Amino acid sequence: MMHVTLRSLGKLAIAAMFSMCLGGAHACAEDTAITIDNFTFSPAELTLKVGTTVTWTNHDDIPHTIVSAGKFRSKTLDTDNSFSFTFTAAGDYKYFCSLHPHMTGTIKVE
Amino acid sequence: MSEFDHDHNDHPGVSRRKVLECMTWAGTGVLWTISGGVPRSLGLVGSAQAAEPAGLTFLQISDSHVGFDKPANPNALGTLEEAIAKIRTMPMKPSFMIHTGDITHLSKAAEFDNADRIISQAKLDVHYVPGEHDFLDEEVKFYKDRYGKGSKGAGWYSFDANGVHFIGLVNVVDLKAGGLGNLGAEQLEWLEDDLKGKSKSTPIVVFAHIPLWTVYPQWGWGTEDGARALDYLKGYGSVTVLNGHIHQVMQKVEGNVTFHTARSTAFPQPTPGTAPSPGPMKVEDSKLRSMLGVASINFKQGTQPLAIIDTPLAG
Repeated sequence: MMHVTLRSLGKLAIAAMFSMCLGGAHACAEDTAITIDNFTFSPAELTLKVGTTVTWTNHDDIPHTIVSAGKFRSKTLDTDNSFSFTFTAAGDYKYFCSLHPHMTGTIKVE
Repeated sequence: MSEFDHDHNDHPGVSRRKVLECMTWAGTGVLWTISGGVPRSLGLVGSAQAAEPAGLTFLQISDSHVGFDKPANPNALGTLEEAIAKIRTMPMKPSFMIHTGDITHLSKAAEFDNADRIISQAKLDVHYVPGEHDFLDEEVKFYKDRYGKGSKGAGWYSFDANGVHFIGLVNVVDLKAGGLGNLGAEQLEWLEDDLKGKSKSTPIVVFAHIPLWTVYPQWGWGTEDGARALDYLKGYGSVTVLNGHIHQVMQKVEGNVTFHTARSTAFPQPTPGTAPSPGPMKVEDSKLRSMLGVASINFKQGTQPLAIIDTPLAG
């Protein structure tokens, strides 16, 4: 009985994923990665669909943060640590590293 | 062991060659001495010290980054220990030490504990200011719990020693996107107030983590509102600004103000513009200790020209 229930749940979950992707003709959001190398966000500018999850990964030997005022704020990312944020609303998101504020990036969510 | 004993003319006419010469030093710490309002810095060891400076002598260490274990220096705690051991062998005991921030690498309690355990072996009073690496714990309280007693705001304060007025500033909080280091309106107001009633002949030493003057904005090496702080210091006969953050020795003399940055005890960083980023610079193992160091400062009565000496952990 339990087995069947889990299976059904799994099917439901898959269905839910598909329905999200099919919600709009081209609205299927693919996850995106931004890397930090040499105190630089790469890519520094991105345009995404609503619902996209972005994962930042720090490859430097120095910790960094990802902060968008009033929107999101990562913990301190040591070497090879990551931070993810899902963009659920359209808009322009400017962000920076609060430790090295000359590091900036922009994400446009449509 | 090599040491550097550069005399600097204290007047605006200081030659470019001299300044550039000084910019090539690298070291463990600087021993400073103040005499008659004129700060001199002496080496940790060697001829300058043998001269037995009178007056106030203190030491600067910086950027110990305890917890750092990456290729540029897999044992930052070990090199801090070497720097402290060197300080203990000084024939002339300095009055106290200042630490210009980035005590730890990631603000972990264990990193602060280890830093304390090693630095306390110098058996000197230590006056700290925080670096951005000291405010990384979730509640941002480890630094203030340990070093913030009697300080204002994010940890700024002042004190007097031998007629010299010392001001510790914090320029690593509330940084703005696209900007540099930041003092903020509240701290600047406090500074203006702190200087009230100080006679213009009082020698002033300002210390903070990020350079107060603009060294290289492309790498964030400067303080957005540093010029406002320097405005308040106009008219004082002798102002010395001591910073860390850039892990290399740089010096500039501008009118009554001498700017100086100290080496890190942990790892070197590249000269501005010579690398893709200001990140830790990996050098040959045999070279590392020539690029780490401490600095010493001696303030003496008299009108000798300013001299600053930084001493590397090894030549």
